[in-house]
Amino acid sequence: MGYDLNFTLIWRNFDKLAEGLLLSLQLAVLSIGIGIVIGLVLAVIFVSGGRFTRAVIAAYVEFIRNVPLLLLIYLVFYGVPQVVDLRYDASTSFVVTLSIYSGAYLVEVFRAGLDAVPKGQIDAGLAIGLTPWQRLVHVRLPAMMRITLPALSNTFISLFKDTSLASVIAVPELTWGAQWINFNTFRIVEVYLVVTVIYLVTGYGLLYLLRALERRFRVSRNDA
Amino acid sequence: MLEQVVYALPFLLDGFWITLIVSALTVSISLVVGVVLGCALIYGPQSLKLAIRLFSDTIRGIPILVLIFFVYYGFPAIGLDLDAFNAAVTALTLFKVAQVIEYVRGAVQSIPAGQTEAARAIGLTFTGRLRYVIFPQATRRFLPPWINGVADAVKGSALVSLLGVVDLMHAINQVIGRTYEAMPLYILGAVIYFAVNYSLSLLSRYYERRFSYIQA
Repeated sequence: MGYDLNFTLIWRNFDKLAEGLLLSLQLAVLSIGIGIVIGLVLAVIFVSGGRFTRAVIAAYVEFIRNVPLLLLIYLVFYGVPQVVDLRYDASTSFVVTLSIYSGAYLVEVFRAGLDAVPKGQIDAGLAIGLTPWQRLVHVRLPAMMRITLPALSNTFISLFKDTSLASVIAVPELTWGAQWINFNTFRIVEVYLVVTVIYLVTGYGLLYLLRALERRFRVSRNDA
Repeated sequence: MLEQVVYALPFLLDGFWITLIVSALTVSISLVVGVVLGCALIYGPQSLKLAIRLFSDTIRGIPILVLIFFVYYGFPAIGLDLDAFNAAVTALTLFKVAQVIEYVRGAVQSIPAGQTEAARAIGLTFTGRLRYVIFPQATRRFLPPWINGVADAVKGSALVSLLGVVDLMHAINQVIGRTYEAMPLYILGAVIYFAVNYSLSLLSRYYERRFSYIQA
């Protein structure tokens, strides 16, 4: 006990944390962007596909969901380049991993969302003579998007926290910045206090913004 | 490939044992503490509710990795010197406690208020109401998400490798450090984690179906 808090060295190296936070956000945005594409495509294929394609997609989802993210990060960064002739830097490797990871969670989200679109709306699309493709693009997907928005926000926040794992392959994001200050200044308690606050403020700030967005697009109870 | 697997297996089994111990400690301690705090969050005095809410929202708002580093590197500065194993288990348990609190809250609040009112009407005391009316029903709502949470704990335990604890994840990396054959080992490790966690998620789904007849 009797520990004196001294934040001077934290503020002096604050650029490490600020740049780290920016990179964390970029990693999360890129990954959820690619993850949404993976999730959407696979969910649409799943609901319209045969038994075999369903089994393949289910296998991908179950595999990713039941293996630690840390192991997937190592596998893509250290394992894959040994077998395939590919060169990529740590950030790219991490975005690829997190995209594949979030894709697996989002397939489930979108599949449930597609199932939740009221059948009457699809029948209505059929009645006014829309082709199957038009029914998908103009009826099912927009309705599904509104239904899945809350789950999407939650996934994004959770991915933002998962970007901390990029520090294990030396991607200079927020947690890496914290470790750098930890090992170089030894103001350990201070740096983790500051980083905790940064994660909390950013996370809950994002949550607040996304909830506002959800209210804007909320499905009114009457047309559901 | 087969040769490498045979060479690696004894090391991985040792690591797997540590993974299981870390997960078991995390899950069991957090269950006890989480249920107590969860009940306090629902039935406790206002100040206690506020403190628990603050604890839970803070813990769930930061990455587990930051929490682990905070406990391992930060706690010694304030006089709590934990070794890597204890620091890792403490951090993972803190995180899990916050989750269990939310499962408990969700499960108990999903029981209709009419149940409590009926129990009160037939003269049950507070503990009687919890014991005979609320808990038996809430347990069925609590179980499926909690078992999923156990699978999360097994996955999350891989983070202890970052403090140098030789769990399954760390054992894999150590073997790779000697053989330089990364891919077969990572796939083998993934299969082991998958086998444990997939069984747990099947169990969770079973209980969900088993209890789905209960109407809200």
